[in-house]
Amino acid sequence: MRPFSLSSKIAAGFLALITLASVFAPWLAPYSFETQNTMNILSGPSAANWMGTDQLGRDLFSRILYGGRVSLFIGVATTLVAVLIGTLYGAVSGYVGGRWDSLMMRAVDVVFALPDLLMIILITVVMGRGVAGLFLALTLVSWVTVARLVRGEVLRLKESNYVEAAHALGAGDLRILAREILPNLLGVLVVTVSFRIPVAILAESTLSFIGLGILPPASSWGTLANDGWSAIKFYPHLILFPSLAIFLTILSFNFLGEGLRDALDPRS
Amino acid sequence: MTPLIQIQSLKKYFPVYGGLLSRVVAQVKAVESVSLTIRRGETVGLVGESGCGKTTLGRMSLRLIEPTAGQVLFNGQDILGMDRSNLARIRPKMQIIFQDPYSSLNPRFTVERLIGEAMLVHGHTNAAGARQKIEALMDQVGLSPRYLNRFPHEFSGGQRQRIGIARALALDPDYIVCDEPVSALDISIQAQIVNLLKELQAKRDLALLFISHDLAMVKYLAHRTAVMYLGRLVETAPTNKLNSEPAHPYTQALLAAKPSLDPRRREPRTVLEGDVPSPLTPPAGCYFHPRCPEVMDRCRSETPAATRLDEDHIVHCHLYTEATTVPQPRAHHE
Repeated sequence: MRPFSLSSKIAAGFLALITLASVFAPWLAPYSFETQNTMNILSGPSAANWMGTDQLGRDLFSRILYGGRVSLFIGVATTLVAVLIGTLYGAVSGYVGGRWDSLMMRAVDVVFALPDLLMIILITVVMGRGVAGLFLALTLVSWVTVARLVRGEVLRLKESNYVEAAHALGAGDLRILAREILPNLLGVLVVTVSFRIPVAILAESTLSFIGLGILPPASSWGTLANDGWSAIKFYPHLILFPSLAIFLTILSFNFLGEGLRDALDPRS
Repeated sequence: MTPLIQIQSLKKYFPVYGGLLSRVVAQVKAVESVSLTIRRGETVGLVGESGCGKTTLGRMSLRLIEPTAGQVLFNGQDILGMDRSNLARIRPKMQIIFQDPYSSLNPRFTVERLIGEAMLVHGHTNAAGARQKIEALMDQVGLSPRYLNRFPHEFSGGQRQRIGIARALALDPDYIVCDEPVSALDISIQAQIVNLLKELQAKRDLALLFISHDLAMVKYLAHRTAVMYLGRLVETAPTNKLNSEPAHPYTQALLAAKPSLDPRRREPRTVLEGDVPSPLTPPAGCYFHPRCPEVMDRCRSETPAATRLDEDHIVHCHLYTEATTVPQPRAHHE
């Protein structure tokens, strides 16, 4: 096995830092995320407000720390749950094959065919706006993609000679899935996770922007960036810092994913 | 003594789906009524062109592919009628060695796990004992036990094939299907692996079904040789006899096509014309008749039955059907 590359180490370090900072935001943030200071609105970065303040005089740095809680939670939690469900579903469907496979994949097609936005609106109407609704909605629309991907891989792997060899040894289906097939999906899954987390973070920002996400005054990186968008000409720091947070996080997940895939591959 | 493996009238049709409703529109007749026996301690070579059904036949004899019809008896037991648990119990006794040494080993397993997995599956969990056995197996197939913790990608094709052989031997099988085990290897390595198989076969009194398209290889290794054409067996004979007195026109053509090492030898060559017909629409009667140099009228309509020319020499050809005909479909070749 190959050691982690430098880029993936830096990425892991950055992600650890930003995760911890977000989790411990109530203790680390210099201000509350909702305290307004009308004497000091739209100021640029300074010693008192590292990233400046917004139009209500709220400290941007503190809001980014708090916003990270929503963005990272949505990104990581929806992806992990979607990948878990999608993998189990896709693996069973591909491995069992035949009529069951057709049936299970038609169900996936149905979910896939429903417009994502429509499902998300329905869920937010039923559950109300907030993190729970976002989590459910994004998980629901993204597991199907994983299920299709995994099913395809399993179809390929189950025809391989080494799976046939395991059959010839008299290994049971569960054993073959657990020891021969799933471990060989690891590379694909790690890459999927590292690419889907950014997608989920971006989806959350988009939904928050059109008013389907979290409610103000709570913030996520997406809502902060979108708030700053309208004043990009005069107060660029308002969009710069949230965008930077999103950009660096997404980049780090990609680097980390790449490093993990290589490190987990016995061939490299 | 009953032969270890008795294959009786085995058939495999692969359905071809088509049309809007995915209905079966045709059948690929991959294997058509093949009967063959393999005795304990005997190597049977199975030769034929690509796509003639030899791999399918080998897989079916292990029930890795479910046959459409027919019977496979292992040690007198019908393995096609067995339920999963009985089949799992008998699996250790019948193993397979694959053609491609790259795709046949799980890339995430070390050599120790690759060979030891068989013992784990069958509940031999004594770690120290298993390890000793794995090392002994590695030694037998010519791999240094130092490589115990290496991954398959760290080995050459020949070494990987040795790992595959050790895996097949791990549970002391009686019967091994060797599915073109050397055709993916370099010529120099082929000889090593074939000699290893020959040595192991003799030492362990194994029954081998050696599938190949290399007649010289089969001649060197097999006690008996079976020739397949388009899903049917055309001739089965002791290897020496098959090479010296081939009865079937197809076997004769195959042997004539073999390059000779003696440059002074000038034999008239029987050159086959045309291509192998599609197994989707095989010709009527004898499958070989459109290409046969000795075709007769009845070949175009009647399928030739198995004719016994000698104790172990069976041919499916109308040139010989005047002789004693083996009753079909339950053809015991002995």
